Amino acid sequence: MSTYILSGSPHVHDTQDVKKIMWGVVYALIPAFLVSVYFFGIPALMLSLLAVASCLLFEFLIQKYLFKSSELTITDGSAVITGLLLAFNVPSSLPWWQIVVGSLVAIGAAKMTFGGLGKNPFNPALVGRVFLLISFPVDMTTWPKVSPLNTSLTDVITGPTSLGIIKEGLMKGESIGKLMQNVPTYTDMFVGNIGGSLGEISAIAILIGGIYMLVRKIITWHIPVSYILSVFVFTGILWLINPEKYADPVFHLLAGGLMLGAVFMATDMVTSPVNHKAQLIFGVGCGVLTVLIRVWGAYPEGVSFAILIMNAATPLLNNMVKPKRFGGA
Amino acid sequence: MNGLKTFPLGGVHPDDCKFTSQKSIVSIPIPERVYIPVSQSLGAPSVPIVNKGDKVKTGQLIAKGEAFISSNIHSSVTGEVEKIEDWIDTSGYKRKTIIIKTEPDVWEEGIDLSSEIKREITLSKEEIIQRIKDKGIVGLGGATFPTHVKVSIPQGKKAEYLIINGVECEPYLTSDHRLMLEKGEEILIGTQILMKAIDVDQAIIGIEANKPDAIEHLSKLAEKYKGIKVQGLKLKYPQGAEKQLIKALVNREVPSGKLPIEVGCVVQNVGTAFAVYEAVQKNKPLINRVVTLSGNNIEGGNFMVRIGTPIQKLIDFCGAKLENIDKIINGGPMMGKALVSTEVPVTKGTSGILLFSAEVSSRMKVYNCVRCGKCVSACPMGLEPIVLEKAAEVGNWDLAEKYHVLDCIECGSCHYTCPAGRPLLDMIRLGKNKVNQIIRSRVK
Amino acid sequence: MSIIIYSLLALGCVALLFATVIFFVDKKFKVVEDPRIDKVQEILPGANCGGCGYPGCRGFAEAIVKTGDFSALFCPVGGNEVAKKAAVIMGVEVKEKAPRIAVVRCNGSYQNAPQKARYEGASSCAFAHMLFAGESGCPYGCLGCGDCVSSCTFDAIFMNPETGLPVVIEDKCTSCGACVKACPRGIIELRNKGPKGKRIFVSCINKEKGAVARKNCAVACIGCGKCVKVCPHEAITLSDNLAYIDYEKCKLCRKCVSECPTGAILEINFPPRKTDVKNTNEVEA
Repeated sequence: MSTYILSGSPHVHDTQDVKKIMWGVVYALIPAFLVSVYFFGIPALMLSLLAVASCLLFEFLIQKYLFKSSELTITDGSAVITGLLLAFNVPSSLPWWQIVVGSLVAIGAAKMTFGGLGKNPFNPALVGRVFLLISFPVDMTTWPKVSPLNTSLTDVITGPTSLGIIKEGLMKGESIGKLMQNVPTYTDMFVGNIGGSLGEISAIAILIGGIYMLVRKIITWHIPVSYILSVFVFTGILWLINPEKYADPVFHLLAGGLMLGAVFMATDMVTSPVNHKAQLIFGVGCGVLTVLIRVWGAYPEGVSFAILIMNAATPLLNNMVKPKRFGGA
Repeated sequence: MNGLKTFPLGGVHPDDCKFTSQKSIVSIPIPERVYIPVSQSLGAPSVPIVNKGDKVKTGQLIAKGEAFISSNIHSSVTGEVEKIEDWIDTSGYKRKTIIIKTEPDVWEEGIDLSSEIKREITLSKEEIIQRIKDKGIVGLGGATFPTHVKVSIPQGKKAEYLIINGVECEPYLTSDHRLMLEKGEEILIGTQILMKAIDVDQAIIGIEANKPDAIEHLSKLAEKYKGIKVQGLKLKYPQGAEKQLIKALVNREVPSGKLPIEVGCVVQNVGTAFAVYEAVQKNKPLINRVVTLSGNNIEGGNFMVRIGTPIQKLIDFCGAKLENIDKIINGGPMMGKALVSTEVPVTKGTSGILLFSAEVSSRMKVYNCVRCGKCVSACPMGLEPIVLEKAAEVGNWDLAEKYHVLDCIECGSCHYTCPAGRPLLDMIRLGKNKVNQIIRSRVK
Repeated sequence: MSIIIYSLLALGCVALLFATVIFFVDKKFKVVEDPRIDKVQEILPGANCGGCGYPGCRGFAEAIVKTGDFSALFCPVGGNEVAKKAAVIMGVEVKEKAPRIAVVRCNGSYQNAPQKARYEGASSCAFAHMLFAGESGCPYGCLGCGDCVSSCTFDAIFMNPETGLPVVIEDKCTSCGACVKACPRGIIELRNKGPKGKRIFVSCINKEKGAVARKNCAVACIGCGKCVKVCPHEAITLSDNLAYIDYEKCKLCRKCVSECPTGAILEINFPPRKTDVKNTNEVEA
């Protein structure tokens, strides 16, 4: 007599699963990765691979020897994402051992401490990046200049990022109009022909990845759109008030890690709210905090801190903002 | 065809897999034995009024529904009651079943077996309801709620719309679709009878867009019937759920914990409308129904089956092989029940029998919840399955109640969409069960 | 020098002020509590398992002090020792209770009750119970999802992967009864541990007719009543096709064990017999 499977309904399932979603994100990161390799050359490639490898290694070691669990999750792609995103958030000239330390913090402290995939309250890659930024401020803010198809193993020429130029200039009391002459053109910023962290330079490459994720239904539009829109509106208001003191909104959209943050980091499903209403609030919160830090804070860039702060607010948002209930009062 | 409508909140889009939609309904031969469980509808089990050794005719009353929510059961064959004992049924447990050994078919007197369509409705409102009750009509969409209870409008309430559910949003199933194509006229007369019973002058038949032929056919027929409108609906699961269908068709929201009559609607399945037609116009009790047999690698078809026929007979008749079959489902793949054996009989609620191999139907690997929120977006009731699952897992029934676990319609959209493969609906069902128990104990 | 004096004075004044405030607040809002509650709580095991029926050890201590009656109050974890100590604090006498242990009354292992279906889904017995009769088809038998295991705060019960049945670890079981409540089918019962752990029980709760029960499980109690007749102590009763051995009356003579035609009656911790031993399926840790 044959035995039949018994389970509760439903008996069919959507084809998407966690593994496919995670690898989908990895595929979405490829355009940005290619652009960074094009502009920063071999060091960018080495750094990304090193970050991915060390993230995988740390996850493997922790699971095998600390958790002693028989099931390993390194193939689910989440550690690869963490590694890639961490690499995308550092300058290509970063010493190799620092990215390994960053990976250890990202995987060990930010992810596995809480029980692994799905349980971490903060985006692991961002925790790793902020750790590196605070521990090694000089290395983390020395930006190599772009040199397309550079095949040498080290970058030599360095320069500030566009946000850095503005911040420093404003502190010296110079006006925006003059400072804007020193920053790259918007076309360069859109394509990625600017200095900065590995993955954040090219807005177009990130958008391609974002559209891919939207089509594959890995992310929804809520967080990226509300994030980018709120930055645009907030900086727009400031710019209208005083265009001599505040940079224009388009500059804010293209400069720094905003695109990368809005498309890949803030949308991390584990650390963002579950319902769409809360996601919109989350996006706006990220946007407002980013501008606050950029304009009035000590750091020229505020994306990582903004997202981490909103990560901390996620459980609260989940609790307070409820989806509309059918037939509810 | 006018613009397609749908419900706004949640929903998923499973592959509709309507492989058998072009297969006409075929009657299958009467088996040697039928197994008629006494609890075939929602509510209290019926009480058998025959004993071992009794001779029964086709259509004879064999079990009476005595409680308020309960229904009559009639013999689907002519023969001798062999025994009344516990037999496995769709619930997964053994329950009291009347087993009849069949003899050549002889119908009870007074049943009109001609295929002639009788259009004129002669019975009064009260007589119609009584007839529906006598003939054991229950909701044939799958929930098997006794129809006479549903059409008895409570004091102080007024129905405005009769909604006929021809959505059939469950993948694979095509029994309602075939019925609409082949018995369209009868369904419309049944609809008119139901309109008379609940005293409304408007009826809307909702049909999903993947059945264009049925929409066209019924629209054309409905021109002759006053007050009946056919409305096409966009493809989205669970459109056939009562509350979602009302929202889609008349844009009214049934309040949480209330019945559709609260917003002036009564919903009946097309199969029920057909059964009502037969009961009222032809005096025929509910003893057979259309069952779709389908699956992921079988031919399948739509069959007219006597209630109580073991599904093995249906599978044999269709010529399906059970070798590569790992899961047998009674009903649709989203809400149906998995069966343990092919001895289970077809009951009033069996809209389809699906045979699946493991690769389609086995549960996927379970990951940690990644808080993607897909379950929340998919829930047509606007609930948060992610919280409900956790609440049930740790046994926090108060939390489950606070998050409205009882509003869940068990459509399975959350589980269907969950990329981590978590058994969301399993745990929510458990939560519903426990919270219901707690609420009942509170009343005491 | 003067700085030291000033600072001492200032700090002294502040300290005095606060001390006065605390003194009055303490007097004003004092919660009068029987000091014996703390004492009793101290001797309790502190597992907060709820086995006594009260919310944690504190709740139990309060109940003891409030009623002072030990006939209905018993800490299954601490056992007689704790009861004695608590009685000393309360100044009353206490009768000793026989130690008890959780007993799994189902022997429907994979071998005895072959699976007729494979259950997939939430690993929760409570849900599986709602869904179907069980993989073996026995509507009374163990579902094997381990609700009892997850309910145990003492790690005293585990699933045996070879039989698919839970096993109680004798040394760890405190007879708190959490598993009894967790099992949706009421398979687990608290029974007297017996002298040297010797005990005899019917390892089946199937109330179906003999033939039906037997179809699903080789070691089901078929309600034949042979054990009832053979028992010299009238410890066995038969109702609903099911025999039950009253552990208060049972004298552990083992006559019923050899009489049972299906081997549904189990004996535990007895020395092996010279003749046949039926309960080879028995697994004890």
